Amino acid sequence: MGLFDKFKSLLFGKGDVSEGTQDEKPVASKQEPVASKQEEPVSAKHEAPVTKAEPADMKVEQKPIIQKPKEEKPVADKITVGHVHMSGCTGCLVSLADNYEGLLTILDKYADLVYCLTLADVRHIPEMDVALVEGSVCLNDECSMEEILETRERAKIVVALGGCACYGNTTRFCRGGQQNQPQHEAFLPIGDLIKVDVYIPACAPTPQQIRNVCLMAYLLLKGNDEQKALATAYLTPLMNLAAAGTEACGCDLMTEVINQGLCCGCGSCAAACTVRAITMQYGRPQVERDLCIKCGACYAQCPRSFFSFDVCGQYESITNLIGEVMKP
Amino acid sequence: MEYLGQYKAVYKAKAGCEDILSKAQDGGIVTAMFAYALEAGIIDGAIVAGPGDEAYKPEPMIATTVEELFAARGTKYSISPNMALIKEATRSYGLDKIGIVGTPCQIQAVRKAQLYPIGMRDVPDKIALALGIFCMENFPYQGLYQMVEDHCATKIDNVTKMDIGKGKFSVYTERGVNAQIPLKVTHKYEQPGCHVCLDYVANMADISTGSVGTPDGWSTVFVRSAAGEAAFNKAVDAGWIIAESMDGVKPGLELVTKLATEKITKNQKYIEHRAHAEYEALKPLRNPYI
Repeated sequence: MGLFDKFKSLLFGKGDVSEGTQDEKPVASKQEPVASKQEEPVSAKHEAPVTKAEPADMKVEQKPIIQKPKEEKPVADKITVGHVHMSGCTGCLVSLADNYEGLLTILDKYADLVYCLTLADVRHIPEMDVALVEGSVCLNDECSMEEILETRERAKIVVALGGCACYGNTTRFCRGGQQNQPQHEAFLPIGDLIKVDVYIPACAPTPQQIRNVCLMAYLLLKGNDEQKALATAYLTPLMNLAAAGTEACGCDLMTEVINQGLCCGCGSCAAACTVRAITMQYGRPQVERDLCIKCGACYAQCPRSFFSFDVCGQYESITNLIGEVMKP
Repeated sequence: MEYLGQYKAVYKAKAGCEDILSKAQDGGIVTAMFAYALEAGIIDGAIVAGPGDEAYKPEPMIATTVEELFAARGTKYSISPNMALIKEATRSYGLDKIGIVGTPCQIQAVRKAQLYPIGMRDVPDKIALALGIFCMENFPYQGLYQMVEDHCATKIDNVTKMDIGKGKFSVYTERGVNAQIPLKVTHKYEQPGCHVCLDYVANMADISTGSVGTPDGWSTVFVRSAAGEAAFNKAVDAGWIIAESMDGVKPGLELVTKLATEKITKNQKYIEHRAHAEYEALKPLRNPYI
């Protein structure tokens, strides 16, 4: 629920978000007159605490990034997104880029990419609305440790992008036949170090899933009430995944689905598995443990891991909406 | 009404082609729809429950021709993990427009895969036609085998058709109805996952169909989405499907509504029961619905 509070603060302090990377002073001076105009007729007493509290908050948050000269934004109300690279193979970033022209649409209309090793020339992690974190954190690397903590401090929403960030994936000991290495204990899913808000499991996460999360984050932060409700409903299961922990395995199908009497034998898990570790036998998944890379895709894709009638029941309108907003 | 989901129209319908009807479960709607959609280029291929290595053990298959489609005619009352092929259909088979038939839970899986394509890269926009079939419950193959061989005392290899209707599970051989057992007897063979299912008539399909509500040889058809409506109307115009109004049809929607309500209220109760609120020592079973 802490996340919701964050969203709320984002929404109420709208100027604070969209102009977060702009000059701080105009924002503060803009807000003061608005506040005083509203408050004056009622009572002069209310004015003082309100105006005092808000600028103070904003100054603290925005100081580190104010110095930069500002580029002109074609669309005022974009969210800011960053890609933070921990110990991963860059496959997740490639997946983001694999939205092809869709990525351009997202960057044109909905999100500014403020931090990204290969696509944005920014050295230090800036303030941002959404941080997409790829890869696990190497404890033996001080820089990684600092960066992941900084990411949590400076991003409103932290998204664990891909199997490594969510569950460790191939950076940990997960594959039969893999050599034992002393470093396995050194690679931690980011959720072991910081609080993560949203999970996008799978290796690699799909371009479409990343796109959907970016669009929903945009709707959540900038949309009208109806859109916010939709985005909240959409993101809730992914937030629940983040809250559920940092361990995943094909075994989850057994412990959390079949042994819970939930499996309906649809085969989604087998289709979702990137390493073809799952075959369907007599209507149940058969997981080849030696192939499983523990990316979490099978369980997250299962219609009985989570299923929202509110969201999936509107599949037609949501699909149309996504199609509509992704038009260049 | 709400148990039947959103729909644009409901029909009593059957296939217009004798070839399909001769081996169809009821009205042959699924085969006829896919056959027309293949011919008309609405889909490039369809994921259907094809014949497996044992009699009446379905195996999902991708049909790209009408002949292949015909091999999969008729209902097999066991689990066919059709979703397992959905990604493969876009890869090895290179399909851009996929048709898929499935039980309500499988259609839910289709929609989840479209909205949450966590492990379904490039799949969401390639699903062109999802046909849902009415479903009360499903049986693991061993359960079905037991029902046929043991309870019905019929060799499963000799079975020409199985059917569930009017409270009975019937097994046909070439001599006609060979054995019937009350559905009550079959309940213990149902797969447990069916008992938490809150969908009877595939509410999220483009078109859903089943025998309940219409006379023998016909199917009840709900046309739900815009894509479903367009495809169905064209199939009717092209003569692949004969559709008539549901007005005044004998058991009609009343029976469909009754069965849907029964299934869903029973399962809702079961989901509550799974919370084990009355036993402190028992861990609640997980509720997948949020």
